[in-house]
Amino acid sequence: MAGLTWTTFSAPSRFEPLAGKLIPWLWALTAVFALAGLWVGFAIAPTDFQQGQSYRIIFIHVPAAWMSMVLYVAMAFWASIGWAFRVKLASMVARAIAPTGALFTFLALWTGALWGKPTWGTWWVWDARLTSELILLFLYLGFIALVEAIDDPVRGDHAGALLALVGVVNVPIIYFSVKWWNTLHQGSSISMTAAPKMASTMLTSMLLMTIAFWAYAFAVVFARTRAVILERERDAQWVQALARSAR
Amino acid sequence: MWSLIRRDWQLAARRRVEALLPLVFFIVAASLFPLGVGPEPQMLRTMAPGALWVCALLASLLSLTGLYGPDFADGSLEQFLLCGQSVPGLALAKAFAHWTIFGLPLVITAPLLGVMFDVKGPELATLTLGLLLGTPVLSLLGGVGAALTLGLRSGGMLIVLLVLPLAIPVLIFGAGAVTAVSAGISPDGHLSLLGALLLMTLLGAPWATGAALRIALD
Repeated sequence: MAGLTWTTFSAPSRFEPLAGKLIPWLWALTAVFALAGLWVGFAIAPTDFQQGQSYRIIFIHVPAAWMSMVLYVAMAFWASIGWAFRVKLASMVARAIAPTGALFTFLALWTGALWGKPTWGTWWVWDARLTSELILLFLYLGFIALVEAIDDPVRGDHAGALLALVGVVNVPIIYFSVKWWNTLHQGSSISMTAAPKMASTMLTSMLLMTIAFWAYAFAVVFARTRAVILERERDAQWVQALARSAR
Repeated sequence: MWSLIRRDWQLAARRRVEALLPLVFFIVAASLFPLGVGPEPQMLRTMAPGALWVCALLASLLSLTGLYGPDFADGSLEQFLLCGQSVPGLALAKAFAHWTIFGLPLVITAPLLGVMFDVKGPELATLTLGLLLGTPVLSLLGGVGAALTLGLRSGGMLIVLLVLPLAIPVLIFGAGAVTAVSAGISPDGHLSLLGALLLMTLLGAPWATGAALRIALD
């Protein structure tokens, strides 16, 4: 094998086995951190003096909301790399990220609704952050629908990249919405510049869950990327050889 | 550019009924609201800005399949791109023609419908002004959606799914301006934001549309 450079794994034929080797480790990481995060969150973290037990959904809600935004930016980034430099693998990764991002967006909205019912007394309000998160879900769905509707894979990749880039405007709007419009949704609980406003065990649990979600996202995206690679490159020699050896 | 706009006007004038369909949709859809919700003037008045804006939004989205579709089908779009003129310029001309054919009639009819919803003078003026600023944004954004979905089987529904999330700010500020007037606040803030949106899409959308057309005809 030739020397390892930073483009070595941009070839689908090399990325596919690498991802295959990483996936079990990523799943293990997900399980360990999720168990640790949930244990700290449900068994150790103190009960909130205002919200009681119901606040504990924060350990899923906040990391899911973070992931929904990060994954959209990552999707737009890889899609535009694939478009600008004609890197096939980058476009495939963008395609693989979209369903996971949509899942996290839905999860953030759903857990938010479950949290809103006991604390705000309503499942849903048309508040700026909730609305912009809902729009994010629509943007994910639009991306998936557009990419799937175009039969020519390359045209689908490039059209999706353009759409993702147009939609990326929404991400800062969600992030800053609680600052710009002072509505029902509370401000951010954690900031890089100030001391955290919550007990340190709560913060620990939230960060553990965030790591677990990251590992999960990587595992699922890699698995989906492998599937996309095998489907797209089905006529390539190495895939044919793989299929023969598996038979 | 000018000749392209004139050509689109001429084509619309040859198929007059087709060109009027979105306007008819706007009127019919808007008149469904009083039938569905009940005719109390107080309720209609509070509902009018939102209902009229949603109907205008849907009407202009429905007309988008005709923006590039026919030109793509008969091959003239490919010729436009080959003839060396600037592609964003082409997109701008098409969006302008689309707005004059489909958007402007909506702006002109909206006050009439507003009167039917029992909307009073100053609110009516704000509604019309808001639509005047907002409908070009819809035509420009719609161009991006229409170019992205060119020649696809499920193009019509897909355009709606792609453009609606992007058009939500227009809806919020457009309807918000009218609500502000009826609450006794100045609508200037909302209208300025609408104007800013118009300038932003005017600068960005033609390029995005051009890129999408190139992707479609690659």
